[in-house]
Amino acid sequence: MRAALIRYSPLLILAVAWQLISQFEIVSSSALPPLTQIGGAWLDLLTSGELQKNAAPSLYRGGVGLLLAIGFGSVLGIAMAWWKPVNVVFGPLVEAFYPMPKSALIPVTVIWLGFGDGSKILLIFLGCMLPVVIGAYNGARSTEQVMVWSARSMGAGRLRMMWDVVIPSALPEIMNGIRTALALAFILMVTSELIVAREGLGNLIGFLGANGSYAAMYAVVLTVAFMGFAADRIYQLAAQRVLAWREAALS
Amino acid sequence: MSTAADPRSAVVRLVWAACSFVAHTASIVALLIAWELFARSGKVTMFMLPPFSAVAERIWSDAVGGKLWIDLGLTLYRTFVGFFLACTIGVVLGTAMARTKLARWFFDPIISIGFPMPKVVFLPVVILWLGVFDVSKIAMVTVEAVFPVVTATVLGIQGVGHELIWSARNMGAKDRELLWQVLLPAALPQVMTGVQVALPVALIVAIFSEMAMGGFGIGGVMMQASRFADSRGVFAGIVEIAIVGYCLVQILAFARRRLLRWHQEATAPSTV
Repeated sequence: MRAALIRYSPLLILAVAWQLISQFEIVSSSALPPLTQIGGAWLDLLTSGELQKNAAPSLYRGGVGLLLAIGFGSVLGIAMAWWKPVNVVFGPLVEAFYPMPKSALIPVTVIWLGFGDGSKILLIFLGCMLPVVIGAYNGARSTEQVMVWSARSMGAGRLRMMWDVVIPSALPEIMNGIRTALALAFILMVTSELIVAREGLGNLIGFLGANGSYAAMYAVVLTVAFMGFAADRIYQLAAQRVLAWREAALS
Repeated sequence: MSTAADPRSAVVRLVWAACSFVAHTASIVALLIAWELFARSGKVTMFMLPPFSAVAERIWSDAVGGKLWIDLGLTLYRTFVGFFLACTIGVVLGTAMARTKLARWFFDPIISIGFPMPKVVFLPVVILWLGVFDVSKIAMVTVEAVFPVVTATVLGIQGVGHELIWSARNMGAKDRELLWQVLLPAALPQVMTGVQVALPVALIVAIFSEMAMGGFGIGGVMMQASRFADSRGVFAGIVEIAIVGYCLVQILAFARRRLLRWHQEATAPSTV
């Protein structure tokens, strides 16, 4: 408890400094509203249901896009590592599209699928798929040859070997790729909603900012930032549990 | 392998390089041909998917007219100023965090909370503070790109072996010499990895902030094209961005190979 207090005290110091700076109007309070005012605005948004109403479509888009990306991405990555022809076809494409900024696709997904959920899900799917593909590819490729040989000598078929040897040994790298994808999903969700959307958290931020209700805007911005942080922490805890067998085997 | 002077081996190597180049580009060419055929098949309208030839023609006319270079220059200017700021701040801050207790105590929770956050949500706040011009775009780029550099630098410097530091101290190295001649070079592979992550991030944020704030640049022009339902302009932007992103990543990979020529990783086979 005390260790945590010492560890996180810089954040407390920053919060107090923020409060004091805006309290004494060192910078204008519209540019930096006091934290207490932001807390009040947050409670207002929560009680009026505005926050939940906009969070639901955002999380739906992010979740569906990310799940599709994980499914397709890990299958494609493992297939690329395991069958040469797949790699010959898709390898250069992955390499060419990986560095491409995915937010550039926002106007195109809007042209194809309109302003609703579809265009955001497509964007998040495309953006999140590549880190998962690369993680799965690197993970499956680095499967130890000895394990493959022993599984084969014990009479494992191709599919059996895939399931029992390749996928478990690729799992840590896949999980790493998914972590990158998770962060990207939040970024793409907010950016696409800020630029074109009718509802969603990103849209709410843009709307409140344009209206000049800055305390409420800060409240939503901090909420999204915290959600991204919390999702990452929860994911890491889950990943540790999933990979617990590996630590046990290594130690 | 025979000596380089042998003309036959030079020819073999040239053919080999040509073959691997063809194999490498074949699927991209196939994709472009499929795009062209699909767009001309009549299943989709010109608006949904303009043929690749039309998009290439558009890029060509923009390039000849000079418009392309202005927008490209603006985007790259915003990307690179933000990126260099992020690298400088990141390495300095990371070194400070790895070497002094006070800096680590203060910045560690901020970095560990800030890194996984989607920082693009702070866009309206940055606009509120710095306006909609270059300063705010560069600030966005810097804030987003600094995190991978800081974390990589901290890990890199903390990972420098004690034997190296002790031997340098033993030979009478002062703090500054230790930093420049031992710690930073030894941490360079990891720092470069952070920098390689940061550059595409910088480009993404630069283009996104142009889309959201306007002010030309490739992102701004794409958004404008999209508002006027000019889908050739939108696709031209995407092709341009894909090429620029690919080139930047390749340049950094090349720089890494040059800078780390002395390191054992230079001889190891690379992964994607």
